[in-house]
Amino acid sequence: MGPERPGCGGLSARPGAGCRPVVALAGNPNTGKSTLFNVLTGLNQHTGNWPGKTVLVAQGVARHRGRPYTIIDLPGTYSLLASSLEEQVASDFLCLQRPDVTVVVADATCLERNLNLALQVVEVTDKVVVCVNLIDEAERRGYAVDVRALADELGVPAVATVAREGRGVAELLDVIEGLVDGTIVTRPRRATYGPEVERALERLESRLAGRLPPGAAVRWLAARALCGDQSVLRLLSDPEEAVATFLPRTARGPLAKAENVPAEGRASS
Amino acid sequence: MTERTKAPPLTTAAITDKLVGSLYRRAEEVARAAVTRHGEGWDPTPAIDTLLTSRVTGLPIMLFALAAVLWVTVVGANYPSQVLTYLLFGLEEKLTLLFAALGAPAWLHGVLVLGMYRGLAWVVSVMLPPMAIFFPCFTLLEDLGYLPRVAFNLDAVFKRSGACGKQALTMSMGFGCNAAGVIACRIIDSPRERMIALLTNNFTVCNGRFPTLIALSTVFVGEGTKQVLGPGLAASLAVVGIVLTGVAVTFAVSWLLSRTLLRGVPSFFALELPPFRRPRVGQVLVRSLLDRTLFVLTRAVLVAAPAGALVWGLANTPVGGHSLLVHLASFLEPAGRLLGLDGFILTAFILGLPANEIVLPILLMSYLSGGTMVEAESLQTLGGVLVANGWTRLTALCFMLFSLLHWPCATTILTVWNETRDRRWTLAAVLLPTAVAVVVCSAVAHAGGVLAALAAG
Repeated sequence: MGPERPGCGGLSARPGAGCRPVVALAGNPNTGKSTLFNVLTGLNQHTGNWPGKTVLVAQGVARHRGRPYTIIDLPGTYSLLASSLEEQVASDFLCLQRPDVTVVVADATCLERNLNLALQVVEVTDKVVVCVNLIDEAERRGYAVDVRALADELGVPAVATVAREGRGVAELLDVIEGLVDGTIVTRPRRATYGPEVERALERLESRLAGRLPPGAAVRWLAARALCGDQSVLRLLSDPEEAVATFLPRTARGPLAKAENVPAEGRASS
Repeated sequence: MTERTKAPPLTTAAITDKLVGSLYRRAEEVARAAVTRHGEGWDPTPAIDTLLTSRVTGLPIMLFALAAVLWVTVVGANYPSQVLTYLLFGLEEKLTLLFAALGAPAWLHGVLVLGMYRGLAWVVSVMLPPMAIFFPCFTLLEDLGYLPRVAFNLDAVFKRSGACGKQALTMSMGFGCNAAGVIACRIIDSPRERMIALLTNNFTVCNGRFPTLIALSTVFVGEGTKQVLGPGLAASLAVVGIVLTGVAVTFAVSWLLSRTLLRGVPSFFALELPPFRRPRVGQVLVRSLLDRTLFVLTRAVLVAAPAGALVWGLANTPVGGHSLLVHLASFLEPAGRLLGLDGFILTAFILGLPANEIVLPILLMSYLSGGTMVEAESLQTLGGVLVANGWTRLTALCFMLFSLLHWPCATTILTVWNETRDRRWTLAAVLLPTAVAVVVCSAVAHAGGVLAALAAG
């Protein structure tokens, strides 16, 4: 992970972006991510109640205390291991485009399963806030979520919200502001994978480091490579070709040319 | 160190297992620290899901929901449709008077009022009411979280057809608009299954075709069964029948494709059944009216106006004693007859390529050429015009089947091109449904002809 730059970095550092902080929304499908996106940006796209709705990366602008933020709504994913198109889009965006803040939207009614993604996101970046959404639904079903304990365990801030009613959204924006300004400092407590995997990761990280744009999330890209992600592996064998095909992928059309490809029996996590 | 060299090298699968395993253990730890359970709470979702997705009750509930939505649409659309027709054609008379008062030349009045305005009036009065009812109903079901349950119920059938269960979702989107359905196919990961979903989306009756089907069912099925079921119910059941035929054809063609052009094994996917959420009725009404209804209507209007002018022009340009339109129709007559249709109908389908909504209006204008149509104040008049031009129930059936199965509208074709960027697949998306339509319609027309002959003999 590159040096932390308060305020202005990642996407917003690109010329012409006017130094507006970029905030990405990541989360499992159907956790209310798109609803939160609408609340934050004031865009009123209809949000359907079915997983897989957000296939494209949607973009809008939120204002908080007179300051604009670019909000990116990533496709809903269970993981960042890039085993499906949505995962690839979300993972590549977080690893390579480096948003200033990443909001992990988690469903409070099944927090444990949602934390799997949160733990992967803190592998990619430090500037993370977990948004525990649908907290009213969880309470109705008899779950109490201790947001402070969650924040302590993860080492990143956590905020409870009910996005469809706008509850907790102002607090979430305060935390986003703090993360952008550097007044909130995170100390993510990450998962460890055991000595063998860690050693392999280290080796791969050093080989990858020189071949990625500055600031790329080398550790997680190395993890993807270890799990057999071809797009990262190509970077090692044929860097030039890989850079040409790999880096612009987030901008590429979502439907690859369909040939008579036998479907690979693949279960998403 | 010797230990390490002895240990077998880690495979990709083993590393993935270790990595994912560590993440899951850590997630469990964190969740244990943060979540406590107090009491049982109240969550009816599992019980409702058992009902909605069980083998016994799942399918009937699905059919019932479909029939209910269509019934509400058919019955609810009838009255506002008549009011709109009355108002819009009343305005047309005023416009005609205005043109006469201004001393405008006949051709200008013809193109603008009898062509463009009339086309518009038909599209608005026939299309707007069913759309304004169907879209909110559908959006409510979507908001509630019913669609993933539909996908769950249909998964097994799609698997058996060699396709992906998520195709049920893209199919559901197709009910709104096939172009939207084609875009929704992006949620299917395997390129092979995505292509199957994309090529068959056209067999889902889109909102441009619903009003046509509803109008014809009301005239040819509803009117005839007043005593038995009530016209509204009979007409809605007829539309349900057409929709289900489309679903059946989707399965059949998917099966065929997965065994020929797009061979392969169905892939696995994880589908989450989201919790049921209380739909925000106000928001649903406003959004489905503004985002969907007005959007689709605007598109139809933009297409209908020039199409109306074109039809008027064709009908009023005489070449050798007959208008261009009549020449075109007589050229297509043999092909139309083969499909249980006629030359004018086929012409209307071809001219209606830009949007399915305008097929029926174009047809009416063609039948009443001389360039104009009668003051059709209700659907009964619509039936009168059609019967006067030789329509039977068999013609109506073949028309509805052809509308269900024929080539996609221009917007959808363009979307297929955008999604595939492949000329051959785009062509396939046009030719495949057309071939199915030709086969089915000519078979039905032939069978119908034989039955009629038997009944007469």
